[in-house]
Amino acid sequence: MLTLDTVSLRYGETQVLDAIDLAVADGELLTVLGPSGSGKSSLLRVIAGLAPPDRGAVHWDERDLARVPVHERGFGLMFQDFALFPHRDVHENVAFGLRMQGLGAGRIAARVAEVLELVGMSGMGKRAVSRLSGGEQQRVALARAIAPSPRLLMLDEPLGSLDRALRERLPLQLRDIVRAMGASAIYVTHDQEEALGIADRTIVLRDGRIVADAAPARLWAQPPDEWVARFLGFRNVTLASVRDGRAETPWGTVPLPAGVPDGECRLVLRPTAFVPDPDGTIRGLVTARLFRGDHLRLELAVRTASPLDVEARWDPLPSPGDQLALRIEPEGVIVLPAVESAPGTPSSAEADHRPPYRANLRP
Amino acid sequence: MDRGVDGHRPALSGRGALLLGAPPLLFLLLFFAYPVASIVGLGLSGGTDRGAAAGVLDTWLDARTVEVLRFTLWQAALSTVLTVLAALPGAYVFARFRFRGRRLLRAATTVPFVLPTVVVASAFLALLGPRSPLNDMAALLGVPGPIVRLEGSLWAILLAHVFYLYAVVLRLVGGVWSNLDPGTEEAARVLGATRWMAFRQVTLPLLWPAIASAAAIAFLFTFTSFGVILLLGTPGTATLEVEIYRTTALLLDLPVAAALALLQMGSVLLLLLLYGRLQDRLTIERGLRPPADVTRPVSDRRSRLVAGATLGSMGLLLALPLLVLVERSFASGDGHGLEAYAALFQAGGRAGAFVAPAEAIGNSLLFAGATVILASLLGLMSAAVVAYRRGWSSRGLDALLMLPLGTSAVTLGFGFIVALDQPPLDLRTSPLLIPIAHTLVAMPFVVRATVPLIRAIQPRLREAAAVLGASPRRTWLEVDGPVIARAALVGGGFAFAVSLGEFGATLFIARPDVPTVPIAIFRLLGQPGTLNFAQAMAMSTILMVLTAAAVLLIERWRGEAATAF
Repeated sequence: MLTLDTVSLRYGETQVLDAIDLAVADGELLTVLGPSGSGKSSLLRVIAGLAPPDRGAVHWDERDLARVPVHERGFGLMFQDFALFPHRDVHENVAFGLRMQGLGAGRIAARVAEVLELVGMSGMGKRAVSRLSGGEQQRVALARAIAPSPRLLMLDEPLGSLDRALRERLPLQLRDIVRAMGASAIYVTHDQEEALGIADRTIVLRDGRIVADAAPARLWAQPPDEWVARFLGFRNVTLASVRDGRAETPWGTVPLPAGVPDGECRLVLRPTAFVPDPDGTIRGLVTARLFRGDHLRLELAVRTASPLDVEARWDPLPSPGDQLALRIEPEGVIVLPAVESAPGTPSSAEADHRPPYRANLRP
Repeated sequence: MDRGVDGHRPALSGRGALLLGAPPLLFLLLFFAYPVASIVGLGLSGGTDRGAAAGVLDTWLDARTVEVLRFTLWQAALSTVLTVLAALPGAYVFARFRFRGRRLLRAATTVPFVLPTVVVASAFLALLGPRSPLNDMAALLGVPGPIVRLEGSLWAILLAHVFYLYAVVLRLVGGVWSNLDPGTEEAARVLGATRWMAFRQVTLPLLWPAIASAAAIAFLFTFTSFGVILLLGTPGTATLEVEIYRTTALLLDLPVAAALALLQMGSVLLLLLLYGRLQDRLTIERGLRPPADVTRPVSDRRSRLVAGATLGSMGLLLALPLLVLVERSFASGDGHGLEAYAALFQAGGRAGAFVAPAEAIGNSLLFAGATVILASLLGLMSAAVVAYRRGWSSRGLDALLMLPLGTSAVTLGFGFIVALDQPPLDLRTSPLLIPIAHTLVAMPFVVRATVPLIRAIQPRLREAAAVLGASPRRTWLEVDGPVIARAALVGGGFAFAVSLGEFGATLFIARPDVPTVPIAIFRLLGQPGTLNFAQAMAMSTILMVLTAAAVLLIERWRGEAATAF
């Protein structure tokens, strides 16, 4: 099991990682989500030993890795830019880690063939890596990282440079391969769909701090604060005052799930939870619509409030200029604390959503 | 989120840097700094009772010196302008058009630049001298008298310089040109600019830094031109280099030669400083566009005309002199034969040579071999310090290594004869003297071939190797090792080619009974008779083939390295 204990890292004036506590269980697939510059890659570099932390410790099981050099950690890292050795062909790239383990040529050849098969590159061992397409390079990089059977596999934006079709297909393949290896894995990305789609658990990084840590479904159901909610793609976020299970918002009155106390709070309205209702309290003018295949994405101007993001699947499909009356289902309303947590002060929301096993790690 | 942290670039310890840096440093002190200091001392020793510097000043202000300096600058400026004008169309064609044999042709244009100056001079003697086949042809057609007799004229010198430096402009300007997005010029055309205006307003400003840079290099080369001018010029057309040689070898006036050498060193230093200033002010735009393919096939009539005319005149300029050189080497009496080549193997003979000229080939190969070993060894040591160590020691050694390149060959050779002919360092009779001189010139090439390649290794690759389980030593062997090995091959090839062709310094220090090939050619050209001339042409042909072979090998090694890194 990998454990990070208050790991901090500075580059000059920038606090890249700020007191990161993290545990990755054996066999767990963790995705790390965050915008550019949030410290995702640095986190991997610290774990790999490429960047020694300024403070804190990285442990594998009980062992402190501070004095274990990069090449003795037994971790795999797939670089964002793949970092394939340009002067070696596909086979030699994949065989590199096995050679470092001192394996014989026969066993190396067998293992290389095995992992090339796994990534769908059988028989391409003699190809020069510079002649490969982006997708092929990505698969060679993956094969190279998994060939030595690392106990922990780290993937840094592995699909970053690929086209859309590959980006949709490959995460599942990646997950299956990682599962088949039985190793732990950390998968870094800035793409929400990618991160939530394949993970056992997802953490969100913001300015070098963990601001969310939960299973994907839970994170989606209940983001810890407005920043995470907006980062996940929710746009209908507002302050509201609650009274008797109903909230007054700039868009109208909104029913709430049970058990929300009176007072100030912050609400997220899921775009999927709106339904047309002649008596609905949310009334507005359709100002824009985006065709999304099986549904429409609408922008609804409601009085003076910021435009509302609405997903419409109903008939007849609205057009710009239409007046709509909608209501929202209570299940589509996420309640957040009124006070936005500033980075640096752990919010109560984050504490609330901290998974139980994480608390147990603390001595 | 690349933070650019270079944590895994191997660093050299202070002790390691000292161990590796000391031999090249000692070498430079002994064989560069000491001779240069000796020249300064000798120059000042020629002083009169008016003071030490007076003798130097007298020489500098002498009417002859002023005339020599004027001619040196004049021919350099003319050569530079002509070269740029001649090579720009070629740069355009190679940057914009795609055609069969393009890569081969591009590589071939480099050949003149790497040819020994003696070969260049021989080729232009063959083409433009009294024995030119053009004159033979004219005679056949009944035109009276030699129609071409440019030997000794400024035109022969200028043409030889353009021939020699064409590749510099082609490579430097063409390289930038091919990275320019043709879209910018097309945008200007769409906005209403004529073809010429688009070029003037968009392309030329972007090319300007590269043109200026190439022109500066061409000027520097022609300012220190020696072999071409010695062989193609007359006493009236002497550059500083030639004047130093004549003063030393013919007039035996060492103090005056030393004063001229000081003038030469000062001028070159000034030019280098100006070039550095220029480089600082001009930033060549890079990465305007990823080096995707921006060439187009030669399809329409207009581009066929442009490409055809350009490549045709290029071929005429670059290939004709070499073809005539080879043809003349086979000329004997009225027809063609191997007479000249056979004569190379006879000692004595009418030419009265001490040894068979062919022996010079063996000498040259031996010297070149020794130079390769010495220059590679010392060069790789220096490259390791420069590439793996940061701070003043790295930068200092880097700058120091380039000094011999900035010093003319004639000055180096002159320094050797004034410094290394008496105890404690009497190397006059040592067979190592020539390889040492050649190493001074070749070592910077080895360093230049190696350091950028080491520095260009992406830190990611070393990190990837480390993550995959390679220890730091192993990482160095696996990632840096192949790069350095290839760089050493390229650098060694350069050293070989440099040594084969070196003329200026060797002319001062070669012993009469152990000539190198360029020296043998020079002597053969200095003697009368058709056979001697044909022998010189034959020898030049052999030297050309040897050099071209070395350079082709370098290009291959380097080409692979360039695509890999």
